[in-house]
Amino acid sequence: MSGRIFLLGDNIDTDQLAPGRYMSGGIAEIAAHCLEAVRPDFAATVRPGDILVAGRNFGAGSSREQAAEALRHLGLAGVVALSFAGIFYRNALNLGLPALVAPDLGGIDDGDEGLLDPMAGRLTLVAKQTEVALEPLPENLRPLLIDGGLIPHLKKRLSAGAANARRP
Amino acid sequence: MTAASLAQKIIARAAGHDHAAVGAVVTARVDLAMIHDSGGPRRVAPLLAELGAPLFDPARVVLVSDHFVPGDTEEGARILALTRDWARETGVTFHDGQGICHVVLPERGHLRPGMFVVGGDSHSPTGGAFGAYMFGIGATEMAGVLATGEIWIKVPETILIEWSGRLGPGVMAKDIMLALCGRLGMDGGRYQAIEYAGPAIAALSMQERMTLANMAAELGGQTGLIAPDAVTADFVRNAGGDPGDWTGLVTDPDAEGIEHHRFDAAALAPQVAAPHSPANAMPVGEAAQTPITVAYLGACTGAKYVDLEAAAQVLRGRRVSSGVELLVAPASRRDQDRAAAEGIMSVFEEAGARVLPNACGICAGYGSHRLGAEVTCLSSTARNFRGRMGDPSSKVWLGSPFSVAAAAVAGHIADPRDFLAEPAVSGLGGSA
Repeated sequence: MSGRIFLLGDNIDTDQLAPGRYMSGGIAEIAAHCLEAVRPDFAATVRPGDILVAGRNFGAGSSREQAAEALRHLGLAGVVALSFAGIFYRNALNLGLPALVAPDLGGIDDGDEGLLDPMAGRLTLVAKQTEVALEPLPENLRPLLIDGGLIPHLKKRLSAGAANARRP
Repeated sequence: MTAASLAQKIIARAAGHDHAAVGAVVTARVDLAMIHDSGGPRRVAPLLAELGAPLFDPARVVLVSDHFVPGDTEEGARILALTRDWARETGVTFHDGQGICHVVLPERGHLRPGMFVVGGDSHSPTGGAFGAYMFGIGATEMAGVLATGEIWIKVPETILIEWSGRLGPGVMAKDIMLALCGRLGMDGGRYQAIEYAGPAIAALSMQERMTLANMAAELGGQTGLIAPDAVTADFVRNAGGDPGDWTGLVTDPDAEGIEHHRFDAAALAPQVAAPHSPANAMPVGEAAQTPITVAYLGACTGAKYVDLEAAAQVLRGRRVSSGVELLVAPASRRDQDRAAAEGIMSVFEEAGARVLPNACGICAGYGSHRLGAEVTCLSSTARNFRGRMGDPSSKVWLGSPFSVAAAAVAGHIADPRDFLAEPAVSGLGGSA
């Protein structure tokens, strides 16, 4: 499923993704205010399958994983950025939200139609008929994303462990 | 023995290896997991239930309530109640309403050199000041740690930042960090281990060192280490902990993957950072005369005992300017009690400051004192992102506790050294 690309700048922080004043609420409330300080139309216009493309240090700041969860809640296919803040990157993959590093964002414009293939490491610009190569996901994180995040991944691992333990 | 960085040594031990090569992905056992009321029980309990897993070891889990304290909203009170219930059910160590987790954890003796620790908060690198490898993670990852006692880590390079000389009067660890944010940028840490070293660092108290480690987060480092020394060991002992044998916990001179930076502390002027990034740092003189309406002394970064003591040096015998509100939220109850015993809280009261609860409060955008529209604030906290501390139109400058106090008195950003040089009232002000 392809979607619209929202192009953002450097240092998109977790307070922009999940503002503190909504943190006592649920994820639907937080998501409704996601990015409102930098892109007031974002939460209202984003559709499932859309893609965030951003510059350096995406997700800087807090460890609040609602920053990544809000994007997942809104149905984003994933985030592509020149670089990610470390905690956000781990949070995104732990929640099953693809986060991929692009060495270069040249040729990508806001509003482009894009198709993200996280496992292949590829962002296709559908109308432009071009492909943007992304850095491959680290080996240790691929199973996590395939399973849909850390909790489903651990469930599988823990039940496999329990099954092994039951064996005579 | 293969030469190794301090980070490599701690990680290798926690992973059960003789050596941890830079860039390798290893699985390490955590010595301690710290969580708070915002990212803690309300987020991890449902995930643990989904996993059907008990806590890996309740004795290695410390819970602190600090985000929704004092529970002055309906939702906040509900979250605090849930937090307290979970603490009772699980039997974890719980510090309730005693202050901000990053300050409470060491003051209660939970940290010692060489530990491998995760915290459910981005300022968890603060623990690195004690020579512990401590870093922040989100709630889902924390649920995984609480269920398994393990976490994966990519063995980091070390960004070794050496400060020669001594900080001048009126200049603090906070000024070092703002200068570094300006110089290296908010992603200069590349999620690697930052380590601070040199004579200027060795001369600092533990709480000043904590400010350095704390703001490794703003540099984008995974942690911010300082090799333990006698100052560290004394602090740990006084907090009721056992420093253990810390003598080998140093970065070897020929360790791999070291990026060196060198600075001169004696040449450093007080710094402020303009809205909306800590990287917008400049010497305070370049922003002098910028009018402010709120001065905030708060947070794990900027309201520990040492921070309160610094601000009081400026405020003693002086009054807050008529157009300014000075808000003081001491980082922990113990630090506030100590400040009260030494007359520092009276200095704030006599200056006309308002004292807020020992909690994260405005810094994290929580509570009822968030900044209003168009407010300009000078804050001793770590982050001045747009809208973080209140209305998106508010403008937050960052500075040291000295600088916040000076601005509160002047009504505008001012060089705090001008307030330390001359006593405001004869016999009262000469505290340097």
